[in-house]
Amino acid sequence: MPEHHTTARNTENPVPTQEVGAFLGRRREQLAQRWADEPLFRAVFTVSRDEAVEAGRAVADALAQVAGSGRVEDTDSPGFTPVREQLTRMAASRGRAGLTAAQISREVDALRRPAVDLLVADLPQASSEHVRECATTLTALMGTLRLVVMETSLTEGQALIDRQQVQLLEVATPVIRLWDGIVGVPLIGTLDSARSQVVMETLLESVVDQQARFAILDITGVPTVDSLVAQHLMKTVAAVRLMGAECVVSGIRPAIAQTIVHLGLDLPVVTRSSLADALAYALHRLGADIVSVTPGGAGTR
Amino acid sequence: MNHELPRAAAAPVPVLRLGDVLLITLQGDLHDGTAEQLQRDIAESIVRSRVTGVVIDISGVEIIDSYLGRVLAEIAAGSRLLAARTVVAGMRPAVAITLVELGLTLPGLRTALSTEAALELLAEPADRPHREPR
Repeated sequence: MPEHHTTARNTENPVPTQEVGAFLGRRREQLAQRWADEPLFRAVFTVSRDEAVEAGRAVADALAQVAGSGRVEDTDSPGFTPVREQLTRMAASRGRAGLTAAQISREVDALRRPAVDLLVADLPQASSEHVRECATTLTALMGTLRLVVMETSLTEGQALIDRQQVQLLEVATPVIRLWDGIVGVPLIGTLDSARSQVVMETLLESVVDQQARFAILDITGVPTVDSLVAQHLMKTVAAVRLMGAECVVSGIRPAIAQTIVHLGLDLPVVTRSSLADALAYALHRLGADIVSVTPGGAGTR
Repeated sequence: MNHELPRAAAAPVPVLRLGDVLLITLQGDLHDGTAEQLQRDIAESIVRSRVTGVVIDISGVEIIDSYLGRVLAEIAAGSRLLAARTVVAGMRPAVAITLVELGLTLPGLRTALSTEAALELLAEPADRPHREPR
């Protein structure tokens, strides 16, 4: 094999990408051994060095394939597919260890040095021009590897955020049966479109399940009410009404009441200052009144 | 009469009379032609049998578009002119959400959770205002 390349170089220099691809295939073992000593592999594969070497081989194979296909600057090159998952795991493991994205990127970059050294040592008879071209190609390839690692780890992070957002939506909207025919939802945090949609769906489902005549939306935990939040609230109120139940909004704090008035927002809905008042109102409308047993009490709320 | 819609014309929605109340149960997709026919049938039945209430059970309806939403509102408005109150009962959550997203909140329409609740609602005196607690 090496003889073949020597003769090929004597007649005309092979394309640098092909040369680098062939080099990566030829020196796969040495590369894997050297990479296994680098911080990235050493820190990820703590159990055994063999494991690190094995991972290094896989990366070298992938790089050889990418170089062979001539698309050294293409992060979507199919050659990366087999190692993408492994690279993600490595980056994630370093991320968990507390490294920033820049530090991980630097660790991946540390793999370049041994590879280029090995390449230069591997081409003693080639012209300096050719060696330089091959080294540049290999550097570009290692840069692409770095990009691939960062890209996959970012995608992974985004997927995690998406998953947690869905979980948050599920956790944040419990519908509570307060009484026969009365359900309540304590809303906590800012109401955005996605959340108000989930609130609406779960609330309407429970109105059907519980055959509830009243639904109480408690906004004690909503920090601010602007026109958008008010609009979401009104949508929910309208949907509940269409189902044949009545909505009561409770827990409007003094500051929020003032904000709503200042904004000139129209909330055409029954409101009560606290959940207790709202429950008393709903019970009253259902025909059950809460009265004080001591004479001279305040009467119905 | 509508020869291109033989099925729709052949199956008008039955309008049942229960005491002082007309009960209409809608099932599945309601054709535009059928909806119009129903509107006429209800108006005629109110006049003929002198009922004071109309209950439209839509628990079997999975999709309400803007047209059907308007038909429901028109039935309610028409019945009111004939001195009958209309209650739409049993709307599904998905339907309610769709209507709200379409901006059709149907403000003039009375609603109830079930047919039973609708009949209770109609049993209350007509002009009694809600007793607002103090």
